[in-house]
Amino acid sequence: MLLNLNFRVIGETLPDFWLGFVSTLSMSLTAFAGAVAIGIVACAMSIQPSRFVRAPAVAYVDVIRATPLLAQLYFLYFGLPNFGVLMPEIMVGIVALSINSGAYVSEIIRSGILSIPRGQVEASASSGMNYWQQMRLVILPQALRPMVSPLIGQAIVLVKDSSLLSLISVLELTRAGQTLANNRFMPVEGLATTAVGYLIIYFGLKLMAAAWDRINPSSARQGRP
Amino acid sequence: MTMDLLLDQVRGIVQYYPVILKGLGVTLALSFIGIVAGTTIGFLLGIGRASSNKWLAFVVGAYTDIFRGTPVLVQVFVVFFILPEIGVELDAFTAGAIALTNIAACFISEIVASGIRAVPVGQIEAAASAGLTRLQQLWLVVLPQATRMIVPSLVGQFVLLVKDSSVVSAIGLLDLTRSGWVIVQNIPNGLLVFSVVGVGYFLICYPLLHLSRRMEKP
Repeated sequence: MLLNLNFRVIGETLPDFWLGFVSTLSMSLTAFAGAVAIGIVACAMSIQPSRFVRAPAVAYVDVIRATPLLAQLYFLYFGLPNFGVLMPEIMVGIVALSINSGAYVSEIIRSGILSIPRGQVEASASSGMNYWQQMRLVILPQALRPMVSPLIGQAIVLVKDSSLLSLISVLELTRAGQTLANNRFMPVEGLATTAVGYLIIYFGLKLMAAAWDRINPSSARQGRP
Repeated sequence: MTMDLLLDQVRGIVQYYPVILKGLGVTLALSFIGIVAGTTIGFLLGIGRASSNKWLAFVVGAYTDIFRGTPVLVQVFVVFFILPEIGVELDAFTAGAIALTNIAACFISEIVASGIRAVPVGQIEAAASAGLTRLQQLWLVVLPQATRMIVPSLVGQFVLLVKDSSVVSAIGLLDLTRSGWVIVQNIPNGLLVFSVVGVGYFLICYPLLHLSRRMEKP
């Protein structure tokens, strides 16, 4: 059965899978941009000395990390209409993915910044730099390199997580596979093609991370697996 | 929204407590099975992944990559919808447990392999020259040191597993997430219902996250 894939049907439905593939890619890309924006703000707040600025960012990161994306997605999907906010499913999905990944991105940026030795900060402060000069000229240029691999890792997680959007009937790669499975009673063909689509993205991103680590050997040491 | 309606909805959710408790039980049971079985298989795979036998390491790496590179949802569907095609009929709980155990094992194997690789070669050479067999070297010298290094990552992985278990709700299994889904059909206040669901997960995951973070600090 497994070795008897009906390639004719896969060929016929390939345009649907292509649409799903493009949809998964573009939604993930949009959500990742949102996650980086949210992550920068959350991280900037979480390294401030003031408790009142720090607390909301820390609470955000902890709550997101301790609850599943699917529950967060349903929270928005079933919850936003209570406030009279009616968005198309795809928007709800992208917002949920951005908020979810934002917490992890914030942690990645934070550990990148905290990996800079304290002496660097003190040296730049004693040479008369203000906070923004220290950040822009000393901390961020060093902290950005080791962030790249973990950020690509988070992008991989995000792409895979985007499959949950099929559960609120967004058309993407997983949904395309389900449609083939249901309409033609061919779950093997549908899910196998879907899996191949994700693996293409996974290996593409993995190669990117490996290439980055080759160019910047120091980042491999600090990057998370 | 008026206060009375909100109070009514809170009362409504409270009346659904048996559903929530049952869902919580299923989530805990799935997570427990996944953690125990996934860690056991993950260690075996990880030893293979870090093996000096290149061929074995490649096969294990390729196997785990396939599951690390595809969404949990797709894997749950594969176990639930495709295994019956080859004559293996599974109920939703067993299918969920198999899928979760497998993906946990794949991620844990990579953690275990990196732990094993981090054990200094001198340790293994010393063990070998002390006359230990390969199995004794692994069991008495390499694994105890590797395990100590990877415990924080393992606990972090357990948190991911508990959260991933929410995906089994897609095949109709009544776990904590599905219980929220059932309740929201009758009490149309998603924020309230899924806050309750979220609190359930938070109570399981936050202590684990906290533990993992504390252990990471030397």
